[in-house]
Amino acid sequence: MKHRTLGFAYLALSTLALLAGVTISLLMRLHLTWPDWVPMGRGPILPEEYLGAVTLHGTLMLFFVLTVAPLWGFGNLILPAQIGSRRMAFPTLNAAAFWILAASLTILCASPFVAGGTAISGWTAYPPLSAVAAAGPGQALGMDLWLASIGLFSLATCMAAVNMLTTIVCLRCDGMDWHRLPLTVWGWFTAALLSLPSFAVLLAALLLLFCDRHLGTNFFLPATLVVNGIVMHSPADGSPLLWLHLFWFFGHPEVYIAILPGMGLVSMVLANFARRRVFAYRVMIAVTVLIGGIGILVWGHHMFVAGLSPFAGSAFAISSMSIAVPASAEVLSWIATVWGSGITVGKARLTTSMLFALGFVSLFITGGLTGPILAQPILDQYLHNTFFVVAHFHLIMAMAGVFGLYLATYYWFPLIANRNLNERLGKIHFWLTIFFAYSTFLPMHITGLAGEPRHYAQFTGIAGPAGKLLAATMPLQRHITLSAIFLALAQIPFFLNLWLALRSSNTSVPNPWDATTMEWAPNAMSEDPTAPEPTTHTGPCEYALNGKTFHPQWQSVTQPNQAE
Amino acid sequence: MPTIFTPPQVDPRRKPDRSGEPGDGDHGSGRRPPIDKRTGGNDNGDGDENWNDRPVGSRGPRERIDQYRIGLGFSLSAILMFFIGLVTVFIVTKSNYHFDPHFQYINSWRPTPVPHIVWLSTAVLLLSSVAAEFARRSMFRESEAMDEWIGLGRPLSRRAGLWLSGALALGIAFLAGQADAWQQLAARPAYLRANTSSKFFYIFTVVHAIHLLLGLGALVVALVGLRNSRRLTTRQVLVDTTVWYWHAMGALWLCLFILLEFFQ
Repeated sequence: MKHRTLGFAYLALSTLALLAGVTISLLMRLHLTWPDWVPMGRGPILPEEYLGAVTLHGTLMLFFVLTVAPLWGFGNLILPAQIGSRRMAFPTLNAAAFWILAASLTILCASPFVAGGTAISGWTAYPPLSAVAAAGPGQALGMDLWLASIGLFSLATCMAAVNMLTTIVCLRCDGMDWHRLPLTVWGWFTAALLSLPSFAVLLAALLLLFCDRHLGTNFFLPATLVVNGIVMHSPADGSPLLWLHLFWFFGHPEVYIAILPGMGLVSMVLANFARRRVFAYRVMIAVTVLIGGIGILVWGHHMFVAGLSPFAGSAFAISSMSIAVPASAEVLSWIATVWGSGITVGKARLTTSMLFALGFVSLFITGGLTGPILAQPILDQYLHNTFFVVAHFHLIMAMAGVFGLYLATYYWFPLIANRNLNERLGKIHFWLTIFFAYSTFLPMHITGLAGEPRHYAQFTGIAGPAGKLLAATMPLQRHITLSAIFLALAQIPFFLNLWLALRSSNTSVPNPWDATTMEWAPNAMSEDPTAPEPTTHTGPCEYALNGKTFHPQWQSVTQPNQAE
Repeated sequence: MPTIFTPPQVDPRRKPDRSGEPGDGDHGSGRRPPIDKRTGGNDNGDGDENWNDRPVGSRGPRERIDQYRIGLGFSLSAILMFFIGLVTVFIVTKSNYHFDPHFQYINSWRPTPVPHIVWLSTAVLLLSSVAAEFARRSMFRESEAMDEWIGLGRPLSRRAGLWLSGALALGIAFLAGQADAWQQLAARPAYLRANTSSKFFYIFTVVHAIHLLLGLGALVVALVGLRNSRRLTTRQVLVDTTVWYWHAMGALWLCLFILLEFFQ
């Protein structure tokens, strides 16, 4: 299969996973707010079903939406054209990765329908309860299917990453030096580089957990364990904490894998519509790689309350807070790029993609500000198991990540579908989405500070002061649930827009955004091997001061392009 | 890698614009004496063609081999991290402890003696790597590549095929040795088998054996390719990539073996 076909196939998989994940999250919200509510045609939602929903929502969104869509979906669609190549390095490996990934999603989607239902350990699958089949209804076959699914996913990711990295290293066209690569490519490169070691370690951890479950080993099981009132002795001293180390060694780089391609695209799109260079381009390249590098060293901040040595906790707190430095550098560059570029007076073009890029910056700042707070072990003691953390990662990873995907769709749609999306519908979609995104996730900070715990299936009917505390948060909870429903409904204009654009016969003009990067060159997306090979002549984002003339990467230096 | 029919690589950024100008032999690294380079590539072979002037992706065999080596390097880095993950668990588990009801410090780790056959099979695997390296080097032997180019049979593939078959046989012998080690371990008394250290022996050897099976598959593919593939570059890529993978698995086994033998 061609890499473009694969890109579309990956995006289709992600869309399915996204729809399923959103539906599950709405069911969870409805159950939290109205625990007596009974979905049609079945009994009330049981606690284990709620936990199964938590597992499925997290796994679908983290793995199959936020990893697959930006990295493999848009990576396959756009990356080769952006480096001036008509092919990828290992097409067979690439296609094999896709089919393994499709099998992985199928296995995951089958898990709710087996005996006992889906796994209830969340997307992190902490042992010892994930290693003991008797620990809960979904911990038998459901957990095995989860392990198989994520094992296959890890394998597929490593294969696809090898293909992407080799493509970037070997197949850049003439003149496309490393410092001329668009920041999008740097984002993809760093993310793929991160995914190799992290998913390899995850695969090792999954293998050992599987051995613990079926082959009588005790890597993650302590010497004595009480599960559901049954005392279990194991002949060896396994360590559940060890799983946390291995899992978060994967898990933290994973969130950078999800967000780095979006960050790169935001830089490029802000520069393009502000008609400016990216502020401090080479520093931004260094900062992108630095975020990836530090991102490998911060995993311990997920384990402050899991029994980690306080000394290790301090070290991880320092490394976690130090990642605020390159992250702030990114934010400063984004602001400096658009500052005074005339957004308010209409010189810069406020297209839908520009709006989504600005929305990404806004969500990145809002979600990022709580990062250094949670990186303090002493504050994390209180906040770790509350909705404060849910608010943090939904803003910076989930919402910013999804905004990155919308940005990519609006920006590249004329290129990949040769049709124009309706700007008016797009803007309606943007304003509704950002309003309800904040309306959903900002109040979670407050309920979290008030002590609302995460992973609980029900907050009502609890006796004592804790019950009183939780009852006080219920009005806000209802607000969050309603906002989440409206947030989901706000996506209707988007799908309507896609449908209308694909049905219409008005084709798009070439390079409608007056962009400078290689994917907009004539014939860049062509798969005809006889088409002339592209050459890169300059770096990206070369605009004249007046904002009208610009210099695409594919044109030789003597002939600047006149906009409009 | 001496035999690759390409002119020396030059900095592509310094390539002069040669449109409308007769060829003066300047390919970016300065003017050179007008040597007739009949490279015998897949063009008309007029002697004026420098493969470095072609677009990226069609600059001849060196580029293709580089691409496969880089891809293999990335794959090996992932495999290495996978084993580092397993070894980490080994090191941590070895030093884990608990306190019994009498507050006695208990570390239940008891080392598992590695069966002696493993020494022998390790030597066999190293020999196999040596044979594979001979095969790899013979793929790039200049005079024999020339023989094939002129049309005097395929001496290069014949010789490499012999060495590769040797490597394949020794690789199978290594796996047989590992299987024997598993049986010896299984025949030991139960209290020895139950210790976690013996489980690490199984984990390391079985997971490594799976990677080696992939290598054996690649060796078979390379042998078939040597017989059937018409393009020399394809055969070079097949043998080169397979052998580097084989070396990496040999080195990995050496590390695992040292860990199991001396650091339990």
